[in-house]
Amino acid sequence: MNMYRIFRAIEEIDPEVYERINTRREAMKEFAQVGKKLSLAALPLALGAMLNKAYAQSNTSASVVDILNYALTLEYLEATFYSMGATQGSALIPNANDLTAIQKISADETAHVNFLKAVIPQLGGTPVNKPNFDFTANGTFADVFSNYQTFLAVAQAFEDTGVRAYKGQAANIMSNSTVLQAALNIHSVEARHASKIRLMRRLNGFSNSVKPWITGNDTGGIGSSVQPVYAGEDNTVQAGVQITGIGGLSISASAASEAFDEPLDMQSVLAIASLFIKS
Amino acid sequence: MKHQNVPVSQDQMLMHKLPRRAFLRYAGFGSIGLTAWMMAASCHKDHNSSPSAEEVTLGSGDVGILNYAYALEQLEAAFYTQVVQTPYSGITDMELSFFTDIRDHEIAHREFFKAALSTQAIASLQFDFSSINFSSRSSVIATAKAFEDLGVSAYNGAGVYLQTPDYLTLAGKIVSVEARHAAYLRELVMTDTFVDSDVVDQNGLDLSRKPSEVLVIASTYIKTKINSQLP
Repeated sequence: MNMYRIFRAIEEIDPEVYERINTRREAMKEFAQVGKKLSLAALPLALGAMLNKAYAQSNTSASVVDILNYALTLEYLEATFYSMGATQGSALIPNANDLTAIQKISADETAHVNFLKAVIPQLGGTPVNKPNFDFTANGTFADVFSNYQTFLAVAQAFEDTGVRAYKGQAANIMSNSTVLQAALNIHSVEARHASKIRLMRRLNGFSNSVKPWITGNDTGGIGSSVQPVYAGEDNTVQAGVQITGIGGLSISASAASEAFDEPLDMQSVLAIASLFIKS
Repeated sequence: MKHQNVPVSQDQMLMHKLPRRAFLRYAGFGSIGLTAWMMAASCHKDHNSSPSAEEVTLGSGDVGILNYAYALEQLEAAFYTQVVQTPYSGITDMELSFFTDIRDHEIAHREFFKAALSTQAIASLQFDFSSINFSSRSSVIATAKAFEDLGVSAYNGAGVYLQTPDYLTLAGKIVSVEARHAAYLRELVMTDTFVDSDVVDQNGLDLSRKPSEVLVIASTYIKTKINSQLP
């Protein structure tokens, strides 16, 4: 991507552009600073954010920032959880391949935290601080960092919640397509994580029924402690279309519910997350 | 971004009416808007050719995107139908069970789009799976993995072109299931490859592909000519 060419194109349409983002040199410098922290893939987003700052009415991005801070809170939760789990090493995660998987997920979640922390200021916002967590959820998961089965159960709940949380906000950030794009790209990574965690639970024998996808509102053998994560996942009607038996074909209610993941609103997600947040 | 699916002719009309600075506010919310605007300058007006058995036309706006998704779901459903009908040698019970699930999910997606698009739906496509050896585990799982990763990148890339919030949410409901499939199939190919760097970058972001890129890749397996004006 040739950044100079993009800046020149903007200059042609709006010669006073740099009065909005300081001088051209300042703009390039500011952009270079951001560029150092972000990968190439994130650069268009940062550029979009800069233009946003220059042209957007200040009140339009407020709710987008709120949503990104909400996402950041959830990413802090996941990143901290996996980091603490991976630190336990084979004492918690006996299988070497599983440990590698947890380390990979940990790296992704930490990357999400850093990405959001870099993007939020570009939209004129302030990233929220990392909360203090209690991953035992006040004793519900007391052995979360010493019992692998408990650890993976909490991991599954976090990933499936994360997928629903991002999905629930997509329509609320449509006004900013660069933010929407990034959120979509995080959303599907959370779903990859969820799939892998569920497969690991199955292959470790922690559940003989759990699948990489969500069947009905089933917790995959974890039980009532995580039931709110799956509330509404048993939906089989999409946009008024009944998916069970659709087209006269033998699509079961289970398959119909599995085929569509359901969004979850911010309030319900925060109610789940708050069980793990001390302050 | 709301304006992206406004047909180009309307877009251009808007551009004439808006003062320069107002236009930038309108187009400058992000680089994708910028790209769309740059591309709009060189695009021609949509033209509709009548679909026949040999070709289909996706259409424009949200209908075009939904037909595009419908085409991809047709491809996946046809593939998994064959996989389950003629399972590869040595398939395990769990693999067959999961492949059957995936087949049903893709059929559900396909039939959903068909029903939702109603009279605006493209015709059923014809496929060419001659490059796939359905009796070989490695051939089947490699193809399945490629289809699922392609599907994830396709939905991720198409989301920003949707104008209707409900459609965006629906696409979101489907893409995460495709991502669950993708991760599972990648694990079948090789352990711990579910988020490898060929699909997830160092910021932890999944890949996106434009419809035009996806259609070129998918065309290997699709006999029917797909006429697309999508980006």
